[in-house]
Amino acid sequence: MVPPILTVRELSVTFPDSNGGLDALGSASFEIYPQEFVCLLGPSGSGKSTLLRVLAGLLQPTGGEVVFAGGQPKIGMVFQQANLMPWRTALENITLPLELENVPPAERRARAQALIELVGLSGFEQAWPRDLSGGMAQRVAIARALIHDPDLLLLDEPFGSLDALTRERMWEELSRIWQARQKTVLMVTHSIGESLFLADRVLVLSQRPGRVKFEMKVDLPRPRADEMRYTPHFSKLAKRLKEAIE
Amino acid sequence: MNLNPLRLSPQTLRRSRPWAVLLSLAAAFVTWELVSRFSGLPAFILPAPEQVAVRFWRALRQDNLLLHTAVTLSEILLGLLSGTLTAVGLGYAVAKSRLFERLAAPYLVASQAIPVVAIAPLLVIWFGPGMFSKVLICALIVFFPVLVNTVVGLRAVPRALHDLMRSLRARRGQIIRLLEVPAALPVLLGGLRIGATLSVIGAVVGELVGADRGLGFLINTARGLYDTALVFVAVFTLIALALALYALVAGLEKKFLSWQESHE
Repeated sequence: MVPPILTVRELSVTFPDSNGGLDALGSASFEIYPQEFVCLLGPSGSGKSTLLRVLAGLLQPTGGEVVFAGGQPKIGMVFQQANLMPWRTALENITLPLELENVPPAERRARAQALIELVGLSGFEQAWPRDLSGGMAQRVAIARALIHDPDLLLLDEPFGSLDALTRERMWEELSRIWQARQKTVLMVTHSIGESLFLADRVLVLSQRPGRVKFEMKVDLPRPRADEMRYTPHFSKLAKRLKEAIE
Repeated sequence: MNLNPLRLSPQTLRRSRPWAVLLSLAAAFVTWELVSRFSGLPAFILPAPEQVAVRFWRALRQDNLLLHTAVTLSEILLGLLSGTLTAVGLGYAVAKSRLFERLAAPYLVASQAIPVVAIAPLLVIWFGPGMFSKVLICALIVFFPVLVNTVVGLRAVPRALHDLMRSLRARRGQIIRLLEVPAALPVLLGGLRIGATLSVIGAVVGELVGADRGLGFLINTARGLYDTALVFVAVFTLIALALALYALVAGLEKKFLSWQESHE
């Protein structure tokens, strides 16, 4: 079997606090394999986002370790909000990671062009973020997370702020983008439907301090379509996840 | 001190119609003309517009008006530049380090509490009647508003954008250049707009206290000779300088902040 691209061992995070500290994560362990789409599911306050911040290098863990195969990985991250720079056009926002890597402007543009079509932003290259709808802004954020060809894509409830219809369309888009780009993805969500629609495997976190208490392979065929959500098998998987969370 | 009582933002100025501006200027000139003609005031109290215009041409040829203007403008620009650079540098340190903020706060507040007008004579005594003391006065008067706006602008940079830059492993210099400078720029330019106007005041105050050239010196000399028309000439030149500086900053805002403009 292929070795994991990411191994998390007994990871714990304690935030300093007046009464002795708040344990956000308590001994979380799991692996992620190359090109796998994994969803991290859990109730709010289970430390999902904290875990993602540790993996993104934004937070030092209190204990345990995170091992990436092949050393320091390139990270692409999509946040709950699109988190665009308002003084940059959509195109300039997308090419930011390349600018940080000192890629020449002509190549930046060329690499952005393919992505812009893939995420469905053609014609919006020169738009300012303030003129983009929530869904469009989040597409820019997804393109930005993909452009520097990251080893690991971290998604922190990226569709949480969108309305239900837009969110479901974004699932299909993300699914398509993932298949086109073959990335390793770890996505935090609290929606069972979202995780079943997108993931190869779902990890369920316990209440705080969070640890992985349940793991399930999602054996639904791809490409997954909307109708699939009304099949008995989908319902069975959803029920198992629901029971695992509670 | 209310520095901008009319709240003249570049947007308001841009929105005002050119003909309205001309009309209001014309009205002011007509009023001035009528008052000077029919009030019976002597020319050394209130010279008529045409007397000031004539005096302007004579000042250009005989009184080195251009030289005095150049001196004052240099003081303003050098003071504005050095005051802004110092304020941005210290502002960055204050915004980034709580310790530095605590250490520097008493001095920064004191620098604002002491009226520059009051210490201008001291600075002239210490640094002489040359340009340097005026540059220093300009820099001091520009310093505080730019500093405050730098701190406010940097503190307002969203945490989430810092997270984004860190997740992309941006280096310190890249974070400053690509995130902090553009994010803080609107507020910083607001401070510069105030600073530019104040800097004109600083230069004139310094020159009135003691100088051998500059528009403030010209005003002092003309006042002593009861050459009131020349005082008017100098004052109008100062107004033109202040407006030009204001327009310069407004131009910078238009160039760098076009992303901010709302639809109308």
